[in-house]
Amino acid sequence: MKRVYVDERWCLGCHLCEYYCAFANSGKSSMIKALKDRHIVPRIRIEERNNISFAVSCRHCTDPLCVKSCISGALSVENGAVLIDSDKCVGCCSCIMACPYGALSHSESGVIQKCELCKKNEFGVPQCVQGCPNKAIVYEER
Amino acid sequence: MRYVILGGGAAAIGCIEGIRAVDASGPITLVGAEPHPFYGRPLISYLLEGKTTREKLLAYRPADYEEKRGVRALRGVRAASVDAEGRTVLLETGEVLPYDRLCLCVGSTPFVPPMEGLDAVREKTSFMTLDDADRLSAMLGDAKDKRALIVGAGLIGLKCAEGILARAASVDVVELADRILPAVLPPEASPIVQKHIEAAGVRFHLGESVKRFEPGVAHLSGGGSLPFDVLVLAVGVRPNTALAESARCRVERGVVVDDHCRTSVEDIYAAGDCTVFPDPDTGALRPLAILPNATMQGETAGRNMAGGRAVYDKAAPMNATGFWGLHMIGAGRYEGEVYRSQSGDATKLLYTKDDRLAGFLLLGDIDRAGIYTALVRERTPLSSIDFELIRETPQLMAFSATERAKKLGGAAQ
Amino acid sequence: MAIDFLYPLYEVVRDPQRCICCRACERQCANEVHHYDVDFGCMMSDESKCVACHRCVSLCPTRALKIVKTDHTFKENENWTGKTISEVYRQAGTGGVLLSSMGNPEPYPIYWDKLLINASQVTNPSIDPLREPMETFTTLGAKPQAIERDENGDLVDNMPPQLTLNVPVMFSAMSYGSISYNAHASLARAATALGTYYNTGEGGLHQDFYAYGEHTIVQVASGRFGVHADYLNAGAAVEIKMGQGAKPGIGGHLPGIKVGEDISRTRMIPEGTDAISPAPHHDIYSIEDLRQLVYSIKEATHYKKPVIVKIAAVHNVAAIASGIARSGADIIAIDGFRGGTGAAPTRIRDNVGIPIELALAAVDQRLREEGIRDRVSVVIGGSVRSSSDLVKAIALGADAVYIGTAALLALGCHLCRSCQTGKCNWGIATQRPDLVRRLNPDIGEKRLVNLITSWDHELKEMMGGMGINSIEALRGNRLMLRGVGLTQKELDILGVKHAGE
Repeated sequence: MKRVYVDERWCLGCHLCEYYCAFANSGKSSMIKALKDRHIVPRIRIEERNNISFAVSCRHCTDPLCVKSCISGALSVENGAVLIDSDKCVGCCSCIMACPYGALSHSESGVIQKCELCKKNEFGVPQCVQGCPNKAIVYEER
Repeated sequence: MRYVILGGGAAAIGCIEGIRAVDASGPITLVGAEPHPFYGRPLISYLLEGKTTREKLLAYRPADYEEKRGVRALRGVRAASVDAEGRTVLLETGEVLPYDRLCLCVGSTPFVPPMEGLDAVREKTSFMTLDDADRLSAMLGDAKDKRALIVGAGLIGLKCAEGILARAASVDVVELADRILPAVLPPEASPIVQKHIEAAGVRFHLGESVKRFEPGVAHLSGGGSLPFDVLVLAVGVRPNTALAESARCRVERGVVVDDHCRTSVEDIYAAGDCTVFPDPDTGALRPLAILPNATMQGETAGRNMAGGRAVYDKAAPMNATGFWGLHMIGAGRYEGEVYRSQSGDATKLLYTKDDRLAGFLLLGDIDRAGIYTALVRERTPLSSIDFELIRETPQLMAFSATERAKKLGGAAQ
Repeated sequence: MAIDFLYPLYEVVRDPQRCICCRACERQCANEVHHYDVDFGCMMSDESKCVACHRCVSLCPTRALKIVKTDHTFKENENWTGKTISEVYRQAGTGGVLLSSMGNPEPYPIYWDKLLINASQVTNPSIDPLREPMETFTTLGAKPQAIERDENGDLVDNMPPQLTLNVPVMFSAMSYGSISYNAHASLARAATALGTYYNTGEGGLHQDFYAYGEHTIVQVASGRFGVHADYLNAGAAVEIKMGQGAKPGIGGHLPGIKVGEDISRTRMIPEGTDAISPAPHHDIYSIEDLRQLVYSIKEATHYKKPVIVKIAAVHNVAAIASGIARSGADIIAIDGFRGGTGAAPTRIRDNVGIPIELALAAVDQRLREEGIRDRVSVVIGGSVRSSSDLVKAIALGADAVYIGTAALLALGCHLCRSCQTGKCNWGIATQRPDLVRRLNPDIGEKRLVNLITSWDHELKEMMGGMGINSIEALRGNRLMLRGVGLTQKELDILGVKHAGE
């Protein structure tokens, strides 16, 4: 399955992946409408320190601990992608407890959000990858 | 290969997944005592609180889950005994199920200590199953005029308190220990959570037990008495071992399993809350009644039942929960050297021992807590990472560049 | 001081309606033009630091930015232009030599643009390169002067060493030091993928790039940095750099600050020391001296590698080229006055040397007249900007071209001409690790391959139009060119007729 892979050698710490992510999942027609004067809560997040930076988002594990820990059945694996049904999620945070990458977080509305590879939004392919100026984030089979 | 799974909770789901990962077609029969499809037991408090609906709760797995996986599910049916010699299960209906591999996923039962006058209390329930929740809901009614008394300030008792506070005239919690959540929180954290829950309106009676019930009144060991209308018993649970005993499996408080989730009897496996298994650190047998453990034990059992090879040796206690907006995540053991930090309403406790993160507790700010959980679960030597850094915030930056490349660029785990 | 004040040349225009304060511009500008103002809650800019490299513009996710030329002006004066006045101010303030980089930007004639290419009509058929054979493969090196046979009458292979190019374009010399590791990696990988060559420049060859040796030209220049036996033998050819189009007659200077651990090891000089290339080679004062170095290198490389001698296009270029051809060199590389540089004195870059088109025509003509044209191949560089420049160069007599600036543009260069600051926002002309990282060689290689592949397609189209199907047949075929707007003298030097003739 195609997954999002990150190579810190090429990460510039520009944070554009976060903005493209927040826009892609906003449902708005333009990034300006979606993000202007907003604090963004993206599903991919940059870690940076001492001139090293890299993006972290869901790895779509083949053996996902988050899914196994979910008490509400909100998390599931569909064709290899770990998806979340935010309607079912009760915000118990068991997934946050379980994920070794720290890839799940609270959304603006309080329920849990995670990278769904832009499968559920209008774009269909990960926008963090599209927006990365240096191919530090790629979407491919490995 | 014919598989029989006794029980219909998270361990059973794990077991089905495990079997089907190896054997796509062998018939699976599932015998569940509850009449409902799979549901997330911990959701019952959210149901009472109105944070989820009955429909969503019962849709823990898709409606066609069993059908798609070739599982014949018998719900609302209890198993009476297991004949390990004959490799059959006798159901209470009289039906006999032959099996080649059997998995006991039969869970636990609320434990009720003897209390004088308890039998005379009519409006009482434990709080484990959907039926318990329905019963409690019916007892409370909609008038918001019932005074609830909960015995036990563990996770079940307090989630129950959260679930019903808005629907009851009052909620009192009696706990024998001198602090709340004694099994889940380290001593220094209990008062913080207690204060938060009290602010929401729950009253605690710690270090006390109910000496005697009279109709509508509980007399406490400290001499006080509490009037109540509805009683919830949430003292604790005990593994269900009767079926294992009937099969002559080794039982020590719970069904004893190894790291392959095998019982002492050939072709009989067990998973979830009904089991005890050797602690990876100490070797001592102990239960680990948490949902992720049930799923993973179930999956391990399933894979091994179907002829695969799976080892589950990374069990660690962990809990994610929250009360009235205060999130908390903890894992491992609260022993060793303590690192404590406080920032605003957020509390962090890290326990280190022998170059390992033995355990941790995060209150308030739980962002990326799983990175700590992984340190506990994987027994990562702290000398191999930048612990100073990860102590401040959970982050992958604390790992070496090689390790990061593996985590973020390597094959998915 | 007020007297030192120079109004910024460019202004950053930010559309506040579009800006979402993502701060990508701030994070990406090594010149620190942008910053987020917490009190105002918006992005601000200090255009005095802007070099118009467009990094911020290119990365802005909402297209909120553009860079415009300021309309701030001095009182108009055709003689004392604003640029000239500002340069006087700068020198009065600093007492220093003005430094510039990349190629001469001044409005001298561009002869490529005054030459037009022929096409077949009626009397001779054009060739469709998609349906008929079309070869843009070529070889560089001295060609045998006679057919030799052994005592049995069999042909003797007396072919001197050759460079084989799948496409008549090579990447010109840019040193590791002047450009980054990732820029070099991109060039090396692209040259290998394309079946052509890149050139180390005077910086030695990083150990990681020995793997690309078959597609590498190793350079020996006046500073002799990084030169040793393994280095000479690592490449496919050795180039002796006598001069550079951007700064004929002077040497080079890589400031110590850019000489980090890697570059120090590659150049074989102590870390942090200035790498100064002298103006002349101190052992070359004549063609005879040059011949000694050519043969020293041939000895060191066992006569297996062609030797290139690179010179800047200057006044007596034809005579100099003739001497070089006689020095034993296999290839002459000529760099025109618009050739790029990582740093050069502005006055020299903008005023010294001659146009490559004229130099090429003169050299080709002279070598032919002397009957020694096939003793050397001629490679030219110094602002070959497109496939049509390439066609014209070959028709004027070049065997192949070197491209530098065009290659850097493919890698992201926006020709801001600030290489000398070492703060290249595109990760090319810099050694700062955080900036070097901005050029991912996976992307760089791909873009270089794309560029040359597209030029090759266009080259084939144009050759086909002329009814020509090989580089051999185009080389020096000046009948395929016509001049427009040129004087008779210029036409004579170029050896082409005027359009209409």
